Amino acid sequence: MTDATLAEGPVVVAPGDYDDDHPVTNTGLSNNKLAMWVFLASECLLFGGLISTYLLYKDNNISGGPLPRQIYDIPFTSISSFVLLTSSLTMVLAVSAIARGEERRGRTWLATTAGLGMVFISGQVYEFQTFVREGMGFTTNAASSAFFTLTGFHGVHVTMGIIMLVSLVVLSLRGRLGVERAETVEIVGLYWHFVDVVWILIFTVVYLIP
Amino acid sequence: MALTETGPLALPSGDGAGSPRPLGVFARPRTTHGWRSWVTTVDHKKIGIMYGATALFFFLVGGMEALLIRLQLATPNGKLLSADLYNQVFTMHGTTMVFLVVMPLGAGFMNYLVPLQIGARDVAFPRLNAFGFWCFLAGGLVLNSSWLLGHAPDGGWFMYAPNSGVQFSPTHGIDFWNMGLLFTGIASLTGAINLITTVLNMRAPGMSMFKMPVFTWMTLVTQFLLLFAIPVLTAAQFLLMFDRLFGAKFFDVSAGADPLLWENLFWIFGHPEVYIMILPAFGLVSEILPVFSRKPIFGYPFMVFSGIAIGVMGWGVWAHHMFASGIGPYSVAAFSMSTMLIAVPTGIKVFNWIATMWGGQVRFKAPMLYAIGMVAMFTVGGLSGVTHAVSPADTQQTDTYYIVAHFHYVLFGGALFVFVGGFYYYWPKVFGYFLSDAGGKLNFWILFVGFNMTFGPMHILGLRGQPRRVYTYRSNYGYEFWNMVSTIGAIIIGISFLVLMANIAIGYARAKRLSAGGPLTAPPDPWDARSLEWLTANPTPVHNFDRVPTIRFGLDELFYRKYREDEGGRLVRVATAEEVVEKGDRTDVHLPSPSYWPIVVAFGLPFVGWGLIYNLWLALVGGAVVVLGIFGWALEPSVDDEGGPLHPDHGQPPTTGESGAAEAPVEQEAALVD
Ligand SMILES: [Cu+2]
Repeated sequence: MTDATLAEGPVVVAPGDYDDDHPVTNTGLSNNKLAMWVFLASECLLFGGLISTYLLYKDNNISGGPLPRQIYDIPFTSISSFVLLTSSLTMVLAVSAIARGEERRGRTWLATTAGLGMVFISGQVYEFQTFVREGMGFTTNAASSAFFTLTGFHGVHVTMGIIMLVSLVVLSLRGRLGVERAETVEIVGLYWHFVDVVWILIFTVVYLIP
Repeated sequence: MALTETGPLALPSGDGAGSPRPLGVFARPRTTHGWRSWVTTVDHKKIGIMYGATALFFFLVGGMEALLIRLQLATPNGKLLSADLYNQVFTMHGTTMVFLVVMPLGAGFMNYLVPLQIGARDVAFPRLNAFGFWCFLAGGLVLNSSWLLGHAPDGGWFMYAPNSGVQFSPTHGIDFWNMGLLFTGIASLTGAINLITTVLNMRAPGMSMFKMPVFTWMTLVTQFLLLFAIPVLTAAQFLLMFDRLFGAKFFDVSAGADPLLWENLFWIFGHPEVYIMILPAFGLVSEILPVFSRKPIFGYPFMVFSGIAIGVMGWGVWAHHMFASGIGPYSVAAFSMSTMLIAVPTGIKVFNWIATMWGGQVRFKAPMLYAIGMVAMFTVGGLSGVTHAVSPADTQQTDTYYIVAHFHYVLFGGALFVFVGGFYYYWPKVFGYFLSDAGGKLNFWILFVGFNMTFGPMHILGLRGQPRRVYTYRSNYGYEFWNMVSTIGAIIIGISFLVLMANIAIGYARAKRLSAGGPLTAPPDPWDARSLEWLTANPTPVHNFDRVPTIRFGLDELFYRKYREDEGGRLVRVATAEEVVEKGDRTDVHLPSPSYWPIVVAFGLPFVGWGLIYNLWLALVGGAVVVLGIFGWALEPSVDDEGGPLHPDHGQPPTTGESGAAEAPVEQEAALVD
């Protein structure tokens, strides 16, 4: 946050009698959206701590077993990364459909986004199982502990995103996701894009950097 | 953390035909009196009071632990505590005082005052606010339950790994520490999101950022520090938990783990934490000094920007806690420099406080004594702090009582002094009656003497080499005399808090007698104050402001509604307090409704914690309570349209927009969960 945005924010004066004080915010952003941005800022530090830990330990298998980089399957993970990134596109389409009041189309895109997220999670579960079978469990060495913790935390975040998306789809099926809820969808979208961006970072750090 | 993620489920409340029984589980709470009104409240004032009261309770617990330590160390070869028990007691003393006393006392003042100081009716997310408090309470209970369930944590409040691993601390104590502080971390995080949103979004018309009182500014900086510091501690705690409970290898030195990993993560959190504890006190002292000096705060922009500077620079000094750990000469030199630099904005604040009093009409009321005492004691602690920046000296002082002396001067002499002063200052605002001024002064002088007797000698003991965290010492090392003085001082501090309790009890009894059974009310604006919180009646009515104020005079709005400057520049009274201060008698303000869900969700958390330690099935049950609670929360309309604490009027509620506010027809929605 720069001083410029903090300083002298626009003072919105409610029209007429202030006793009617209908909520008009100082920043122009709604409370919910601002809160999501603030929360995501905090999440950066959580993943920052976990990524640093992974970087510290990525070559450490002193207690035996393989390192993550010796056994991962880059083409496989690339595909599942691509699936997750595609879900950001479908999320954008969902947000814009709801904003235009096209509830059916929005619902389809939301469901697609959730589905792509599930494909990604399934890929992660499959990858974890393979690693364990090949002798790299959670407690095998420092690198494996750091690997499973980092990617696992990310997986949990994706899962929570899926739960939110499914909840939106259910609301929509009840006809309660009209244009007046566009901002709610947008806020879920913010979260979803954040989780995707974090994955780009993790994919680069864990799989691409030697 | 997971819980705030329900935010996006929030739906702007629509046409809302509220149901009295969301999900068919609970009748919507309606009470405004009795214990139920406290359990279900979403009122920032009640939540602030609960933070304060709970913190005072834990202060009693932590104070007992401190007295045990001092009694053990009063004479050489003390026999009161075993080495093992001593480790538990000092660990719990430190953890309790930091996480369950100083932080929540700050949170209490911030919760109560920030909406009032910016002219709002509540915080941005009232239910999230209540949830934060219950998480804090849950964390405190889980942490302290370790006393009853076998063994308290014993690794020091900084809990250095690998010393805190299963190998060196095989009991469950440290697991309780992990769980408890993860829960208080949720409280801090939700509080940070809430208060940042509130300050940035909900200021009254005309109140730009640079018209906000210094306390609100310091709150904003503190909350940003919490926002970024807490997740680092959370990450570190997860690593430690995975090591201890599931056999991960993060801190297992035999598996090649780096013993500096924990130290770095902990102090990246830990140094900002120092400012998280002290900045609310800086803010409070900046409110009290101008009022009792009858002068505006000196150098307001410098106060604000030095606060921001502290908030930014606080991230670049953490390794001064690690000078003795072998981080290498370049790191030591860099962190020495940055630590000396961060003394500059702090020094600016001290000079501004002194300049505020300079030439003012100083009234030595009880709150003022605490404020002046804080400036003096904090300066002592600050100066000894700068000596730690000199790394050769620090290497000598590390792990001695000199360090203990330093941080008690900063946190007790700094933060706690002002919080007690804040009690005397805000008591009529919060509870509608005064604490005796003479009693307050007596309280102050006993505290002042006891405090300096306790912690002053520790400088000498430390420089003579007495190590901290060691349960006893031999005779003939020259430690006896000052240790005895210190223990007597600690008992005097204990007496000063008995005086505070007596003051509260006597003040309450007298007020009850004078009011003859009626509600307790204090006269408006009793201190001739300057900022908006005193624009409301005393005690603050449930809806805060009768009319949302418009800021016309900027900083010190209230003061300049009462005074104008004449041609000669002298202040002339133009309005009495009775004319300016609101009556607080409006009854038609639409407020966020109370809710059971925050406490229900938080109630599940301790079971998750205990379950992870003892039995995963218990964790599953706790987790189920949390998840169902979140859904109940998300589907409950944030405003009960069939009646709230006050009569509803038309239209939208003033300050809701609550996270998790769902539209109404709830019977339909129940299927989602069933
Ligand atoms: Cu520090």
